[in-house]
Amino acid sequence: MLTPEQEALKPNNPKMTARDVNVFYGQKQAIKQVSIDVDMDNVTAFIGPSGCGKSTFLRTMNRMNDTVASARVEGEITLDGDNIYSPSMDVVQLRARVGMVFQKPNPFPKSIYENIAYGPRIHGLASAKADMDVIVEKSLRRAGLWDEVKDRLHDSGTALSGGQQQRLCIGRAIAVEPEVILMDEPCSALDPIATAKIEELIHELRGRYAIVIVTHNMQQAARVSQRTAFFHLGTLVEYGVTSDIFTNPRQERTKDYITGRYG
Amino acid sequence: MAEHTVKAFDEDIDKLRGLIAEMGGRAESALEDAMIALVREDKKLAAQVVAGDQRIDELESEVEKLAIQTIALRAPMANDLREVIAALKIVGVVERIGDYAKNIAKRVPLVAVNKRTLEPVSLLPSMAQIAGEMVHDALNAFSARDADLALAVVNRDTVVDDFYNSIFRTLVTFMVENPKTITECAHLLFIAKNIERIGDHATNVAEMVYYAATGQYLPDRERGDTTEIS
Repeated sequence: MLTPEQEALKPNNPKMTARDVNVFYGQKQAIKQVSIDVDMDNVTAFIGPSGCGKSTFLRTMNRMNDTVASARVEGEITLDGDNIYSPSMDVVQLRARVGMVFQKPNPFPKSIYENIAYGPRIHGLASAKADMDVIVEKSLRRAGLWDEVKDRLHDSGTALSGGQQQRLCIGRAIAVEPEVILMDEPCSALDPIATAKIEELIHELRGRYAIVIVTHNMQQAARVSQRTAFFHLGTLVEYGVTSDIFTNPRQERTKDYITGRYG
Repeated sequence: MAEHTVKAFDEDIDKLRGLIAEMGGRAESALEDAMIALVREDKKLAAQVVAGDQRIDELESEVEKLAIQTIALRAPMANDLREVIAALKIVGVVERIGDYAKNIAKRVPLVAVNKRTLEPVSLLPSMAQIAGEMVHDALNAFSARDADLALAVVNRDTVVDDFYNSIFRTLVTFMVENPKTITECAHLLFIAKNIERIGDHATNVAEMVYYAATGQYLPDRERGDTTEIS
């Protein structure tokens, strides 16, 4: 169920919704009764201390937890109104529609070109080389990387700097035309300049994709998001407009966390 | 309230509050001393008030520096952020309050207490006492993060305004009846106006304290300037 504050924030046309979601790892409950809506117009940030469940919850949004044998998900998560945990949902297709970028840049040990082309090829988005070239250029441009790599598309992706690798991974996620991009601490392994470039990129991608970012860096949440959700001990404590959360949070636990009084 | 995990943050905030408390205390006594100087025609005390304003100005810059440093180094959030911003704004206002007290003290040598000026002069200290208490309570409310006390200050501003209106009418009557008193009465009118402005500034501080403590702005009906302009 949504709290009254969440009802007020409910987007008219939510891209993804979660209702009363519980996640268990074996006997341990990692997520307790989380309900939230995310939409295309706003970047949503998940913040909270380590172990609060924010990454676990993010991973339920494209069924990444399916790969963890002991993980069990209850409740309903929808994408455009369809339950993503229904048996008829094609998980491979789901993960193309809901892309993910991880903490550590993880390009394939292949060329820059192949890193981008891999997804579109297996999803059958392009067959002719010319079509693929268009997708690769468009994706790298949107990822803000094209100008830096256009003359060395056949160099290995792993030869790029950390920040470039992360933008390559974002380009790879974009290449299969996703609708939602989930980012799990995408900047925690990057220096401040590379971080600023990713943040600028998130800003540019906003509106085109629904974006959800998990971050340990509260300043980053404040900079890139329009909605912020604070998780603590597996519960969603507060979900609100980012500027409200950082100037005038409603919940004592949120306040203690963002002002550095936690624990 | 729980302490920050980073203890130095608490030290910065405490220091900020300490400086503002000192500054407020000095502004408050400047007003009190200026009024004593006026009633007793004590030019020496008046000169001390004028000289003492420099320290209030210095404290303002110290608070500004520390507030900017705290924002840069600690990135305060939520109530911490509201408090640091309030501190920055409050010192600007308290500095003005000090200036008004200094301006009153500067007029002391120009006003002689005699049978012509006795009546208005006798009203001014009571008016100043209320304005001084408002300053005192507004700054106490800041130290204690006490929204109710701040609200009480705001609601008291009409008393100071009523005093001003009454003194204004008395002085105009004096001036009409005896044009020889015009110079002295004009000075007394400025003194009354200065005290009235101090009350307004104390109200502003209280409004900032209310916001810092609650995150909410005072509704407009709680504000208001009831000074008459004619």
